[in-house]
Amino acid sequence: MTSRVYQTAGIIIKRHKFGEADRLLTLFTADFGKVRAIAKGAMRPGSKLGGNVELLTHSQMMLARGRNLDIVTQAQAIDIFLPIRDSLELMSCGFYLSELVDTFTEENVEDREMFDLFLNTLRELAEAGEGERILRYFELRLLNHLGYRPQLGKCANCSRLLLPEVNYFSPAQGGVLCHECGYPDMGARTISVNALKILRFWLRSDFATASRVKLSTELTREIKSLMREHIRYILEKQLKSIEWMDTLADGGHLNGDKAADQL
Amino acid sequence: MNPDFLPTARPISRLIQEFNKLPGIGPKTAQRLAYHLLQAPPERSRDLADAVLGIKENLKLCTVCLNITDTDPCGLCADETRDVTKVCVVEEPIDILPLERTRKFRGLYHVLHGVISPSDGIKPEDLRIRELLERLSRTGITEVILATNPNVEGEATSMYIQRLISPLGIRVTRLARGLPFGGDLEYADDVTLSRALEGRQEM
Ligand SMILES: [Zn+2]
Ligand SMILES: [Zn+2]
Repeated sequence: MTSRVYQTAGIIIKRHKFGEADRLLTLFTADFGKVRAIAKGAMRPGSKLGGNVELLTHSQMMLARGRNLDIVTQAQAIDIFLPIRDSLELMSCGFYLSELVDTFTEENVEDREMFDLFLNTLRELAEAGEGERILRYFELRLLNHLGYRPQLGKCANCSRLLLPEVNYFSPAQGGVLCHECGYPDMGARTISVNALKILRFWLRSDFATASRVKLSTELTREIKSLMREHIRYILEKQLKSIEWMDTLADGGHLNGDKAADQL
Repeated sequence: MNPDFLPTARPISRLIQEFNKLPGIGPKTAQRLAYHLLQAPPERSRDLADAVLGIKENLKLCTVCLNITDTDPCGLCADETRDVTKVCVVEEPIDILPLERTRKFRGLYHVLHGVISPSDGIKPEDLRIRELLERLSRTGITEVILATNPNVEGEATSMYIQRLISPLGIRVTRLARGLPFGGDLEYADDVTLSRALEGRQEM
């Protein structure tokens, strides 16, 4: 039998009120993958767990295996990513990242590479102070890592080499289609030469190298909608935090209330 | 033996179950309460049942501040000694109680009835933010104090509201975030400590 108590570093990706003062946490841990655990009394003021088990905190934790759910017995924050908490935009990126990780992973499946990718992304987000490019890079690496890497080299249908021209992108076919295969495909959309170049470059770059690319607003928008379609196709649903990010990007008006800025 | 046999009569076990659903009441306490009522005079049960039903039948939201009330406007909004130029924004009606206990705040309140929580799909439109903006546009409020909870959803909600209000030229403040009284520096989390340092004061 495995030991009842174990230690690991983890990032809190979800937490819910549980009973009166407890929190039900979903952690993405370095050594055990996604784990759900109870943080007893975490919502009481002065609790030793409190801020150490807040959303998007990277903490060193001690857990005890329970019959149904594990229990967090100790937690000490390693990184709180303060710049993320101080910015509405970055916090929203954080909400999205954690929903993405939660949706794409199964419980109790160890995945160190995923943990490192996630942690590095949060660090990058806190340092760069700007989200879009980092989110896109993360999405691509996540898909690549989980076996959903879009085919970007050759046409996903006829395997012909792609020419440096406007091609097509089809989530259903799992990648880019050449002009001939893509044009008649109703589920495909165009992808510009530059967008394709960037995605290819990101697939073979680490964070530092990837961040050297500067994207135009137009290109940012294209890659964003492309990745969004691809992810929605794989998950067969839209993530909840996307609507919120769109609201913010759109100026943050209350829905159906453009009058807010005339007040 | 009859498998349907219950050790307690059905009405009692039903009451126990209902008590057990309340916060802070475990199965043992639920049992004690149920048997207590069983032995108490019938008026006791009737008064309790009346009181329980009363909170649903006679209570509504104050049309000014959206606090839960039995009069409209609520007692706080109707109180002429309160400072109508300041409004304190809280997540839930229950948050008003601790602030009132301090006796430090003499302004009015506005209850949001929730916080923005993107991953639960709770959007600004689901809260009473529109009512706040309308209130600011037609009354002489000069300061909005944001008193959402010091966690990510609470802070996101405050930052969002601040963004909506700032073009109106109204002063927006928020509660200082610092160390809990009676707490221990050693056990303070890093966010709280960082905020407390940022908010340090001259002595
Ligand atoms: Zn083709
Ligand atoms: Zn009122």
